Amino acid sequence: MTTLPASTTRKLGLVIDLDTCVGCHACVVSCKGWNTENYGAPLSDQDPYGADPSGTFLNRVHSYEVQPLATSAMPHPTAQLVHFPKSCLHCEDAPCVTVCPTGASYKRTEDGIVLVNESDCIGCGLCAWACPYGAREMDAAEGVMKKCTLCVDRIYNDNLPEEDRTPACVRTCPSNARHFGDLGDPDSDVSRLVAERGGMDLMPEQGTKPVNKYLPPRPRDTLDEVDILAPLLDPVIEEPSGFLGWLDRALERL
Amino acid sequence: MHPAPSVIAFTTLSGAGFGLLIWLGLGLPDVTGWVAFAFFAIAYALAAGGLMASTFHLGHPERAWKAFSQWRSSWLSREGVCAVATLLVMAAYGAGLVFWETRLAPLGWLGAALALATVVTTSMIYAQMRTVPRWKTPLTPALFVAVSLAGGALLAGQVTAAMVLLALAGGVQVLWWMRGDGALASSGTDMATATGLGQAGGVRAFAPPHTGSNYLLREFVFVVGRKHAAKLRMIALALGYGLPLVLLALPFGHALAALAVLCHLAGIAVSRWLFFAEAEHVVGLYYGAR
Repeated sequence: MTTLPASTTRKLGLVIDLDTCVGCHACVVSCKGWNTENYGAPLSDQDPYGADPSGTFLNRVHSYEVQPLATSAMPHPTAQLVHFPKSCLHCEDAPCVTVCPTGASYKRTEDGIVLVNESDCIGCGLCAWACPYGAREMDAAEGVMKKCTLCVDRIYNDNLPEEDRTPACVRTCPSNARHFGDLGDPDSDVSRLVAERGGMDLMPEQGTKPVNKYLPPRPRDTLDEVDILAPLLDPVIEEPSGFLGWLDRALERL
Repeated sequence: MHPAPSVIAFTTLSGAGFGLLIWLGLGLPDVTGWVAFAFFAIAYALAAGGLMASTFHLGHPERAWKAFSQWRSSWLSREGVCAVATLLVMAAYGAGLVFWETRLAPLGWLGAALALATVVTTSMIYAQMRTVPRWKTPLTPALFVAVSLAGGALLAGQVTAAMVLLALAGGVQVLWWMRGDGALASSGTDMATATGLGQAGGVRAFAPPHTGSNYLLREFVFVVGRKHAAKLRMIALALGYGLPLVLLALPFGHALAALAVLCHLAGIAVSRWLFFAEAEHVVGLYYGAR
């Protein structure tokens, strides 16, 4: 059924920290690695070693430059580079689900994960049209829609060690920029993180009510000294102190 | 949006075909026998031909029958249900006209209503897309219905009705373009809301996620030919509405009528190409494009 559940028992999702993401793309690679050989059709590549390579990815990392506005105190503020991982936000009001004509797209009542039943998917692409985030990609080889499954085949997988029962992107992130948990539980680690850091929705005006949250980057530190070589041009301390100071004074007295 | 030839062919041909079915269902023209057969053959060729074309862009056309199941939530599913229901009802109605020279008027009205519903459901597939501000307006169904009724009247040989409806549809088309040009800017979605980074200052796409292209860019960030949009709009207006009006004003003849129909369909095809090519999907904002 492509009608959405009125509510879900849990709201599993990701919290992505734009402050600590270093843009290494490890999540992109681990996502592709896990999802190409597990749930559903593999994530194909077209012309991978040729002149015009492209392929299906469920997670991609953009990079943005944010230029703060000039103020009288800071007439020339330095721009900030923000790395921005983007995958399915498992929206509460997922427009991709309701447009599906076959019932292949659905949102799970038990945990809120949005999935595609690939054996029902006709590859019409309408769900990708309806998604404002570009979270769904049609696989060019298989002709079915692919999307983030929140690694549904890892998080409940008793065959994996417990520490591996998180989405591949979360497990692999070397800077701990990705967090996984139940955003429907206000006491969960992820919910507390969102509350503390002012977690935000992407495109809230689209009315999708995304479950995944983004933690905004902290403002840049400001340094008193702008030119790091400037201190070397003049002695920092005219009069040495400590042992050298005593030696200096002792030699002076001679 | 990528202007897929299959979808342009579908909306153009099926729009005209279902438009003709509306007029036939209303008994305009009131024809029977072989003449009725010719009208119904044209209507079915256009409507069903367009439907067939629309399956060409599917990844798995062999599962297309599953698309009839989700009519409760999906406009695409509703369109499929309406289209098949129209074709079945009008087949029974047409058989009565062609083989028994009997006009089952209520069946015709039902068929006409279903044909109109098919056109509305088609337009709602686009008009529901919050992600494409240019499409998300009641003007989109108005445009599709007006064009379908005008094209249907043209095919049904209803000269006066066709002239009025062509002028009306042309007017709606111009209104739709005028509104559409400011739709993305006034939608409230921009790079700041897309990234949530607007608080800190101006946001600029610094590096895309990959060096090559991808499905999203090919499907949603189609910018080829937008620079010719103004010229193409004039061509669409002239071919789709202006020329057919002039041809209808001349003394009626089958050759001129056929030319008017061909002009109209070509013009509508151009306007449908623009319908997709000019449409900006908000996902383009993540790539600093529109």
